[in-house]
Amino acid sequence: MNVISNWVTKPSATSGKRPRTSTSFRRGLLVNTLRIVFLVLVIGGWELGARTAIIDPFFWGEPSGIWQQIVTWVTQGTAQGPLLVQIAVTLEETIIGFVIGVVLGVIFGVVLGRNRFLADILGPYIKALNAIPRVMLGPLLIIALGLGMQSKVVLSVIMVFFIVFFNAFQGVREVDRNLLANARILGASQRRLSTAVIIPSALSWILASLHTSFSFALVGAVVGEFLGATQGIGLLVQVAMNNFNANGVFAAIIILAVVSLVMEVLITMLENRLIRWRPNANNDGMTM
Amino acid sequence: MITDHNMTVMDVTLTQAIHEHSTYAIELRNVTKQFRTPTGGIYTALQDLTLSVAPGEFCAIVGPTGCGKSTTLSLISGLAQPEAGETMVMGKRVQDIDPSIGYVFQSDAVFPWRNVLKNVAAGPLFRGVKKAEAYTRAREWIARVGLAGFEDRYPYQLSGGMRKRVALAQTFINEPQILLMDEPFSALDVQTRTLMGDELLELWSSASASVVFVTHDLEEAIALADKVCVLTAAPATVKGIFTIDLPRPRNVEEIRFDPRFVQLYHEIWEALRNEVHISYERNKQLGH
Repeated sequence: MNVISNWVTKPSATSGKRPRTSTSFRRGLLVNTLRIVFLVLVIGGWELGARTAIIDPFFWGEPSGIWQQIVTWVTQGTAQGPLLVQIAVTLEETIIGFVIGVVLGVIFGVVLGRNRFLADILGPYIKALNAIPRVMLGPLLIIALGLGMQSKVVLSVIMVFFIVFFNAFQGVREVDRNLLANARILGASQRRLSTAVIIPSALSWILASLHTSFSFALVGAVVGEFLGATQGIGLLVQVAMNNFNANGVFAAIIILAVVSLVMEVLITMLENRLIRWRPNANNDGMTM
Repeated sequence: MITDHNMTVMDVTLTQAIHEHSTYAIELRNVTKQFRTPTGGIYTALQDLTLSVAPGEFCAIVGPTGCGKSTTLSLISGLAQPEAGETMVMGKRVQDIDPSIGYVFQSDAVFPWRNVLKNVAAGPLFRGVKKAEAYTRAREWIARVGLAGFEDRYPYQLSGGMRKRVALAQTFINEPQILLMDEPFSALDVQTRTLMGDELLELWSSASASVVFVTHDLEEAIALADKVCVLTAAPATVKGIFTIDLPRPRNVEEIRFDPRFVQLYHEIWEALRNEVHISYERNKQLGH
């Protein structure tokens, strides 16, 4: 997924320290060519397998059928209405859930991270809640909040909250003691310590969690739609499943993947903007 | 009768306060500082240590590694409290961090997410000075430490020596009357270290602050200080205090060739050697 983000972030990160030689250019060309060859081989092999009945297209779908399905959805709309509306609904649920979850996670993480006493009291409960497979709360939310957007948003919030919370908490705990001491000597009040030292320092932890938590927000929204909805990509998947339409399921997955990738790029851009001060803002661990 | 009695009590405290204030800027009276070790034992870092620094005096503290040199600084700064004894700064008992204190840390304590300008302006900003004024003053200090033109750089874009200059400007901008320095130049190469020593002396001569400078480098201590205090191996107490009667202004690079410097070095090393050996043998047994 970071094929794109790699190209976006690398130059700013190493900012011209490495001169672009013709060798590295040739290597880049080779890598990209081989990437395309790989993709063609996989999809071609799948298509070929389906055509020659080595892979049963009824159960496993076929690339041409998936493409057909996407084209149909785009041109004629889905059974629930235009495709764009379905994407918009899912994206809206995801983003609202994501934002609320992140804000709550950061607030709770910073407060508990700074207050050891409170953390000791609430710690075991948070761990217990975190141990629940949270998707299981979906049915409950559908019963309580109905088939509309609310139940999906809340499920997304729950999915996101814990990831961001634990990262923010850890980030606060890992703040360099020297920096805290320095800020205190320079005259920072307790509130100033939070805003000027603790939050900026925890920010790289929090931002790192946003990549994972956005996918989780999407999972929350789609699973919610799955369980009961009137619109959304999750519903598309469910309808396709009920009709034994394997191509439909794959088509919905691909649409979700594209949405997710676009958001991933946006989050990486946000990350690089917010932590310009870091020597290598590009998270190499995420490459691939 | 009652009034009379009150008068005498007040008089005594008043004369005491005046007396203390006029004699010493910093005073440690029989302080003992203990830490709880991870294994549950108690480690005594300082034992019955008494030391005083006159206003405007430059005092260097030398001692074997891990003997509690830095602990004396955290007591003076108010970052830590002693288990026994008293710490007085400007005639007042240290209870919290005093705004008249500046502290330059051993490791990099500049804020990595703030550029040079904002790092230097941090102190005034934390203390409620208006932004425009804080930045004007910060620019002046940046120029004084020779970093004009680097205002927009982030710490990772600077060399170790430049980061130290930022730390010095960050501390001096608050116009501290008490300046605490914890092996500030130990991470720098030898040439940079002597140059920074010269710069420090120049800044100090115009600031008239009392300085406590902790170092393991005896040469540096003699070159900079008015008096050198040798601590024993842990639990640390004062082994001896040596007055450095070398004339000022001094040139840190060249003063070490002065015959008086060599003489002082021999004298102080005589006191220090034994402690260094004790500490070394002890660490060897601990497997360090």
